[in-house]
Amino acid sequence: MRDDTLVTAQGVSVTLAGRLVLSDVSLALASGHLVALVGPNGAGKTTLLRALAGLVPSDGAIRICDDALSSLGLHERARRFGYLPQGHLVHWPLPARDIVALGRYPHGATDPARLTAKDADAVLRAMQAADVMEFSERRVTELSSGERSRVALARVLAVEAPVILADEPTSSLDPRHQLDVMQTLRAAANKGTLVIVVTHDLGLAARFADTVLVLSEGRLVSQGTPAQALSEQVIGEVFRISAYRAEYQCEQVIVPWG
Amino acid sequence: MSVQNVMAGAEVAARRRASVMVGLVALVVMLVLISLGVGPVRLSPVSVIDALFGGGSDVQQVIVREIRLPRTILAFAIGGILGLSGAALQGLLRNPLASPSLFGAPQSAAFGAVLVIAFGLADVRSWALPVAAVIGAFSSVFALLTIAGRNAGLLILILAGLALSSLAGAATALVMNLSSNPFVVLEIAFWLLGSLEDRSFRHVVLALPFIAAGAIILFSQRNAFRALSLGEETAQSLGVDVGRLRLMVISGVALGVGGAVAVSGTIGFIGLVAPHLMRPFVGHDPTRLLVPSALTGSALLISADIVVRIIPSASDIKVGVLTSIIGVPFFLYLIMRERRALSGGVA
Repeated sequence: MRDDTLVTAQGVSVTLAGRLVLSDVSLALASGHLVALVGPNGAGKTTLLRALAGLVPSDGAIRICDDALSSLGLHERARRFGYLPQGHLVHWPLPARDIVALGRYPHGATDPARLTAKDADAVLRAMQAADVMEFSERRVTELSSGERSRVALARVLAVEAPVILADEPTSSLDPRHQLDVMQTLRAAANKGTLVIVVTHDLGLAARFADTVLVLSEGRLVSQGTPAQALSEQVIGEVFRISAYRAEYQCEQVIVPWG
Repeated sequence: MSVQNVMAGAEVAARRRASVMVGLVALVVMLVLISLGVGPVRLSPVSVIDALFGGGSDVQQVIVREIRLPRTILAFAIGGILGLSGAALQGLLRNPLASPSLFGAPQSAAFGAVLVIAFGLADVRSWALPVAAVIGAFSSVFALLTIAGRNAGLLILILAGLALSSLAGAATALVMNLSSNPFVVLEIAFWLLGSLEDRSFRHVVLALPFIAAGAIILFSQRNAFRALSLGEETAQSLGVDVGRLRLMVISGVALGVGGAVAVSGTIGFIGLVAPHLMRPFVGHDPTRLLVPSALTGSALLISADIVVRIIPSASDIKVGVLTSIIGVPFFLYLIMRERRALSGGVA
């Protein structure tokens, strides 16, 4: 285990409605890394993310910054894990600025109109990082799905948590927005955040991640650098496909092929 | 867009909300003065204020302070708690069609109260009445949220609410059916129509503690509603205890609606209408809607109670009948607007 280990899981299992969804997952992840969590549909990726955030009850031990997750209160957990769910659902047509400001809720900033200087700075930094300044006043329901995903990203960045958990942040986005989102998350990791991203895009995982975790049927079957974790054998066994591999501009390329 | 502009936008919105609040308070004060002046003896706002503070003739003082003041206080408090409950339920369920009356809360509260009266457990001015009403309202809202489950869609909520109000209505009818005393039946029937006539300070004392407790509970949860705009799971990841919030909202609504129904009977649809009237003015933020919705609820019920006193008719029109006559078409209009979401299409 390295010194900068931030999140560890020891034998984590999750049972939902009598079904074992996640079985005996152990991992140790360091700050400043972008971790891609891949696996077929139903492999337990979202469940692992939710277990790490404490949103589903789990067996086993999860620790963050040397504290057991179970010993932390709701607000303390919320300050340590920024959670970005799939779909970026917003029920009311609120201005984008107010959505981003909700990222400061765990810090006690409950009113977006009365932010302290510190909270306002965090909101602005997040809005700049996710490039949503230009539509801060617009209602999120009027934005395109690409714009909305950036607002959701800004919201999770505004938490300024040591860990970001993002569930398929690139799904249903065009290639430009997919790259934007991954680059924003990569930049957050470069500044010291541990970013864990669930994705189905092996190409994005190979290119942007430091570490890849492969889940299959609730078990962690492979982990390591993209080249190690996404070996031909793993891709063949887990996804039952073969992939085209190359290197372009000094970066890994994996394209699912046949 | 620059940093200054982002913050300036927030300030403009805050100023607009502040002026809406000032307008609402002024409107409510004006309606209170009119309500104190309207009746068989008409009084000008000036003589109302005079009588309120001990001036004018003895007769005027009795009319204003002992006959019309309790009625007006009740209209203010009951309208307010219904508006607040509607806004809180809409915030909790993230659903613009949520409201106490559509969930059967007033009907169930009335059933609780009717049981107490019919069995002669207590007379209409005892504490047993609001307590039974609160228990009735709590059961119905709790049952509704349990049946609907988490993330319930519009259709499930409305159907479950319809079923629960029908059940409460049927149970009330059964009690009246089985009651052997025709005077009791008559009393229950009139009281079910919803009215603020002939209410005294005894009624105010009976209802106000429950309404105030409900209002405090609902208002204390205000910030969680905004976080809930992002869905229950995300709200939880932001530190909101969603299970506790649900229980608090159910309790707040039950206390408020139960206390209200115990003295006024069932007055429906104010909780549905008030938040909708305010959204164009203060925006859709469920937290910012709470207080304006409460004030709008007060204004609506005081107005309705003024209208029933000035409409010329052979017998008195009950205020609960009036709010339903206006409220139900409004509900139909909302259904029409939410048609796509209701029919399962993409909203």
